[in-house]
Amino acid sequence: MHIEVRQLNKWFGSYHAVQDVGFSIEAGQLIGLIGPSGGGKTSVLRMLAGLEQPDSGEISFQGKLMNDVPPQQRGIGFVFQHYALFKHMSVFDNIAFGLTIQKWPKARIRERVAELVELTGLSGVERRYPHQLSGGQRQRVAFARALAPEPQLLLLDEPFAAIDAKIRKELRSWLKELIERVGITSIFVTHDQDEAIEVADEIMIINQGRVEQMGTPWDIYKTPETPFVAEFIGESTLLSNAHTLKGFESMKPGEESKALIRPEYIEVGREGEVRLPSASVQGKVKALHFRGSEWMVEVDVGGMRLKTYRSLESPVLHIGERVQVLIHRIYLFDKDRSWMQENALKEDPLPVLI
Amino acid sequence: MTDPFSTISSYNDASRYASARGSRTPPGSVPGARQKQSIILIVLTYLIFFALLIAPLLQMIAGAFEHGLHSFISALTRPAAIHAMAMTGAVVVIVTAINTIFGILTALVLVRGEWLGTKLRHVLNSLIDLPFAVSPIIGGFMIVLLLGPNTIMGAMFAWAGIDIVYAFPGMVLATLFVTFPLMVREVVPVLQEIGTQQEEAASMLGSYDWTTFWRVTWPSIRWGVLYGVVLTIARSLGEFGAVLVVSGNIMNKTQTATTLVYQDVENFNIAAASSVALVLALISVVLLLVMEWAKKHKEHKAHQAHNGQKGVH
Repeated sequence: MHIEVRQLNKWFGSYHAVQDVGFSIEAGQLIGLIGPSGGGKTSVLRMLAGLEQPDSGEISFQGKLMNDVPPQQRGIGFVFQHYALFKHMSVFDNIAFGLTIQKWPKARIRERVAELVELTGLSGVERRYPHQLSGGQRQRVAFARALAPEPQLLLLDEPFAAIDAKIRKELRSWLKELIERVGITSIFVTHDQDEAIEVADEIMIINQGRVEQMGTPWDIYKTPETPFVAEFIGESTLLSNAHTLKGFESMKPGEESKALIRPEYIEVGREGEVRLPSASVQGKVKALHFRGSEWMVEVDVGGMRLKTYRSLESPVLHIGERVQVLIHRIYLFDKDRSWMQENALKEDPLPVLI
Repeated sequence: MTDPFSTISSYNDASRYASARGSRTPPGSVPGARQKQSIILIVLTYLIFFALLIAPLLQMIAGAFEHGLHSFISALTRPAAIHAMAMTGAVVVIVTAINTIFGILTALVLVRGEWLGTKLRHVLNSLIDLPFAVSPIIGGFMIVLLLGPNTIMGAMFAWAGIDIVYAFPGMVLATLFVTFPLMVREVVPVLQEIGTQQEEAASMLGSYDWTTFWRVTWPSIRWGVLYGVVLTIARSLGEFGAVLVVSGNIMNKTQTATTLVYQDVENFNIAAASSVALVLALISVVLLLVMEWAKKHKEHKAHQAHNGQKGVH
């Protein structure tokens, strides 16, 4: 289902929870709404569902205005954060609920529920009650229940928040696979960037009631439009005096410009380890953290503390050691634009032409 | 706001803790002195229990059968007693029906009625407990002041041919006033505990308010409602003060079982008073048993709901 949202606003008392939000979603896409808690993601989702009325703005599905359509008639499947399973009903009755409301014939209901039980891998627990299920099973039931009436749009509010970290990863890929198989347009809310990047076709970053940026995870990672996005997706450090770094002297700092750097853009190593010594500066190792599959190194360069990663295969550095630091590029943000600055010294100033 | 679940669970914890402590004698203490102390306490408890509950009950049974079974039956089958018990029965049935419906509605509005605004709901919430704070006699007196034959409203109803005070409708009103908080206070915490998500989930699946109430909300609150019903029956069965003021205690007309007992005592007809009182006491015992049963179910459900939220991984 094609979704179009324009100029959406929502106030809670004097709190402007959603501010001029607008976006459009192509049919069949899996969209992740991501942002810090209290940023308005859930409010947007609830307005799409019809559980909350927008104060202004338009929501249309397939070109049809939905603002005054009650949630019962929007044809949306909704998976709640804590699943909201009907706790006095068995798994079967939970999944069948929407179908009995629509007065499907008994035989078809049984057929459809069996199909969903099969699809979600819940075979054998149809007669159990929600309190007899594990967290992951409950999530599957919530998912099957939302899908049963064949909705055109699936909304998921923090679908993995209440699940153990280990099972969460498993469920993520399961969900992505399943949504792809069913082919339903889906929007899910999360505050976990890994989750959004891993599951979504496109992500929409919402902060303080506004859409900061929308695009594929790769695009957003590569070209963040605002400092907030750069900090939120991937790791980054804010630099106070970027123009003092070697290779970036030519850069003219603007009044309100900000410079950010990602750990991936920094290389550290002993003398001779770094490929372009002419473009690198001296630094001092301040801290080392073991991160399971690599070292996180904090180095001091000209009074700035930079974070980077170092492979476990490379020789181990020690705190206080002098190292070579090569900075490949940094992000720069002005009031209304953002761009990437490459290290000027990486280009050989006097190329020898053969 | 009172939360019955938390008090019950904390009581259970406390008793479990106490029994665990009691079973282990701490080293270095003199067991003999401790034992003596606890024996004295236990005996004292039983004595008080006996003096306050058992002795009066035995006295009542003795009083009822003072002149044999025959007098007991005739005390109960005299026209005044039959009329009074029928009156009580009618009040109980009507009050319980009205209180159940309006109690559930009030609780729904208080918990779910966001259109009311938080402040107004807060005020209403405290107003509901007013009958707990006000003496029932004063409650009855307020009804007389408002709807008595010499008031404007009372006169209007009288003109329309409806007597309220010193008649059946007034007695129902007085009992409703006294019992009103009972149902609301049972249902409100349950509604708060189950939250709105299940109802929202139902509406996303196409279910409208009425269906959602019966299929989703009702199964969650029904044990609380049953408990409230039992409390309402018990309270309206035993209500005395408010009914006495409003009914005028007219024999064979507005007299209820409790006001009949009062009148029998006033007339030194102890045997007759004991007979009616014994019947009321027996009904109370039955209600108490039903109450225990309902409470157990309610706790069981609450426990399940709690586990349901926590999640078993």
